Amino acid sequence: MARVVGCICTSHAPEIADAMTRGVQSEPHWAPFFSAYPPVRAWLEKIRPDAAVVFYNDHGLNFFLDNMPMFAIGAAVEYRHEDEGRGIPALGSYPGHPGLSWHIMESLVGEEFDPASCQKMLVDHAFAIPMRLLWPDSGLAPPPVVPIAINTVQHPLPSTRRCYKLGQAVGRAIESYSEDLKVAVIGTGGLSHQVEDTHASAVGRGFDQLCMRKLVDDPHALLHYSIEDLMETAGPEGVELILWIAARGAMTGAVRELHSHYQAPIGNRAAGLLVLEPVRGARAS
Amino acid sequence: MFDGELAQKGYALNRMCFSLNSAENRAALRCDEDGYCNRFGLSGPQRDAVRRRDVRAMLAAGGNIYYLVKLCGAIGMRQDTGTGESAKSTDEFYANVLAAGAH
Repeated sequence: MARVVGCICTSHAPEIADAMTRGVQSEPHWAPFFSAYPPVRAWLEKIRPDAAVVFYNDHGLNFFLDNMPMFAIGAAVEYRHEDEGRGIPALGSYPGHPGLSWHIMESLVGEEFDPASCQKMLVDHAFAIPMRLLWPDSGLAPPPVVPIAINTVQHPLPSTRRCYKLGQAVGRAIESYSEDLKVAVIGTGGLSHQVEDTHASAVGRGFDQLCMRKLVDDPHALLHYSIEDLMETAGPEGVELILWIAARGAMTGAVRELHSHYQAPIGNRAAGLLVLEPVRGARAS
Repeated sequence: MFDGELAQKGYALNRMCFSLNSAENRAALRCDEDGYCNRFGLSGPQRDAVRRRDVRAMLAAGGNIYYLVKLCGAIGMRQDTGTGESAKSTDEFYANVLAAGAH
């Protein structure tokens, strides 16, 4: 049977791709950010996941207001990043895992979730930047992926609680997949930020760090926040926390923190990285 | 908050911004901004907001920030065409973005 071998929550700011393209990762502004990733890559090289399920939000590359699913599951053989019209370089293509995609689809619908299925799906920077950070060209090839897009564009958005439950259902789906796969679960985006604010005044260091702590051992504490609460506390685009909450939900047992890094500001926002792994033999309360 | 009401109001403007994922469309916009906006049926206030590079007005007319940044990218690309006015336009756009504050 498949199992979840870890959960990685990471920022996906477009500026990260820009910094990688310009090769300025070791400059003072960026060095602390990029130096947080090698330990995670070393961990990934050790555990070598066979697949990755990625919760992210599309910023208008694949989905538009004419068809805006609340939850959409990729079921493609391959996913491509393309021109987003905002200067982000093309970040390549990623192999899919249609078998796992369709199993997750079956399992979710069995649990009364009704996501859209996408056999053709472009993935934007929110998917591709974390993949590049975790599996850069110079290292191991990324494993086959199952992208799961959650709507953060068109309100109403799904609640923190709904996203956590979705994550839990995805975790159960993975663990009921018949192939013996090691699956990494990734949540991208966050933390506090406001896209139209170039001075990072929306960064809420205290709230971000609270969220990172609670995600480890008390995720339920975050489910009391409404979408409106998040917008007010973490900035309008701080609602991307729901993607981290969904990824955390997929860890069905007890977890321990393997790695954590927080830095603010990076560009106009805070940047966070959190890696959790299951505690073998323990179950969640 | 970009709810159903704003999403209906802003559909044409956002659809135009969404089209700017394509380099060909960005070139068409730069070549003939009026003609390009007309193709998408922007409302008077939307057209006026784009003409004035007034992000606050774009947001009020139903623009969504996730799509408006594509318009920003399209304007930023003027820098590559060497028209000389590009940097100013981009700076003004960002200044407007900043001034617009919360939406």
